[in-house]
Amino acid sequence: MSASTAVRKPRQRVGDRVFSNLTRLAGLAILVALAAVAIFLTLQGLPAFSAPSDKLGGAANLATYVLPLVFGTLLAAVLALLIATPLALGVALVISHYAPPRLARPLGYLVDLLAAVPSVVYGLWGLAFVSVRLTPAYAWLEQHLGWIPLFGGPASTTGRTILTASIVLAIMVMPIITAITREIFLQTPTLNEEAALALGATRWEMIRLAVLPYARSGIVSAVMLGLGRALGETMAVAMVLSASGVVTFDLISNTNPSTIAANIALKFPDSTGVAVNALVASGLVLFVITFVVNFAARWVVARSERTQA
Amino acid sequence: MAKSIDVSDLNIYYGDFLAVEGVTMTIPSRSVTALIGPSGCGKSTFLRSLNRMHEVIPGARVEGKIVIDGQDLYGSEVDPVEVRRQIGMVFQRPNPFPTMSIYDNVLAGSRLNSKRLPKDRADEIVERSLTSANLWVEVKDRLNKPGQGLSGGQQQRLCIARAIAVEPQVLLMDEPCSALDPISTSAIEDLIHELKSDYTIVIVTHNMQQAARVSEDTAFFNLAGAGKPGNLVEMNPTRKIFSNPEEKATEAYISGRFG
Repeated sequence: MSASTAVRKPRQRVGDRVFSNLTRLAGLAILVALAAVAIFLTLQGLPAFSAPSDKLGGAANLATYVLPLVFGTLLAAVLALLIATPLALGVALVISHYAPPRLARPLGYLVDLLAAVPSVVYGLWGLAFVSVRLTPAYAWLEQHLGWIPLFGGPASTTGRTILTASIVLAIMVMPIITAITREIFLQTPTLNEEAALALGATRWEMIRLAVLPYARSGIVSAVMLGLGRALGETMAVAMVLSASGVVTFDLISNTNPSTIAANIALKFPDSTGVAVNALVASGLVLFVITFVVNFAARWVVARSERTQA
Repeated sequence: MAKSIDVSDLNIYYGDFLAVEGVTMTIPSRSVTALIGPSGCGKSTFLRSLNRMHEVIPGARVEGKIVIDGQDLYGSEVDPVEVRRQIGMVFQRPNPFPTMSIYDNVLAGSRLNSKRLPKDRADEIVERSLTSANLWVEVKDRLNKPGQGLSGGQQQRLCIARAIAVEPQVLLMDEPCSALDPISTSAIEDLIHELKSDYTIVIVTHNMQQAARVSEDTAFFNLAGAGKPGNLVEMNPTRKIFSNPEEKATEAYISGRFG
């Protein structure tokens, strides 16, 4: 009896089988959806390669049409991260290591709440409030720092510049970066923190010695996730930015580069035929960029985990 | 460099909970003092109050006096950061900084004290500290490798090197061998013997043979029952504690007839 049970396969329970098939299905669904999007973008984007220039907003071919948009997308996203990352790390450190627990918790909730605000609301806020308030600042920048090409001007009178769009984007991605880095800062082993403190480190020195090195890979992936959001953000940019599709590093003028996502949102209603294909092709480029960013993030994280192990 | 420590009427709290009550003792300089006692008796808590590491825990505080070299550690004008620079600490589990090389780990404290450290001075500190910690020969060819690549015993000696690199007045050790195998333990004990000519050493240990082997004086802590504060029962030369203790409780504990 015991010998025969030993060789018999363990009984498959119905519940286990159902559950394992359900999870497998869910996993496959993601792959199928991703493949479907990629295939759609490729098929619909292909005709744009032979599009006449009047369908491409005056651009000679697809490359000259998409590249300025790619430039604008990257510029806005990178600017947003430059603003958001220090801010987010600072807020995360305050919540995890500086503020007393009574204050840290509500502060954390507030930051999470920022992430829940719809992007249209950010767009309205950027359009009706931020840009107006920043107009004098842009005039000042042109006057006093105009020798730096970034602030060459002429300063926008509406304030709807790429810098305004980046500031709004920064505030949108900040909660994501804050939430992730805060969790990682909190996970720093007490052992490492105490090692630093016992050597006579001040709080900031302890953070530099123990917390930041421990959190390095987490910070990178948080920033990359923020970058993903900034690259793909549509509504806020479309509403705030007064775009003319140029390639320029001038951050405060009336002529601004557009971003892929905002361009699609703004042009799609008026586009027909091959012009739609061109928009889809630009969408494919954005798809690839975000893909690459995500893979780069994973690669960076995996690499730093290997060196730490 | 080495200083004696005078503790008087020390009460140590976690929030409202009195963890250690009324400790008065004198820890002699250039010698090893062992703190022994059952778990929860507050010996580690007491040790951590000697370099103001206790108050790192939210709500934790200390009443009473700890005087080193005429200076009250808990005086209102004393900066705890400054205290910890004078009093080094080695923890139960080896804790080298994971992302740093062996070289940088040894220098971590020195770099906090002086921002610009010339290369030749840094090299000198690293070699001297690692030599004192009996680790130099083993690691001198791989100083730029991460400290985490070492064995547990080597990591602990690296932590000792890191603590003595800043030439503290006192070295506190919180069960430094409890995570180590017997060979590494013996290496650390030899090291303690060598270090006591330069440092005042206070060591918490659960291992009574270890206390007997390494220390000149032993302090026995006990607690009356669960939830009651720990207190100092007896402090005497180690030889006396282990042969002819003054208190019944001490004898019961060291002879294993405890509880």
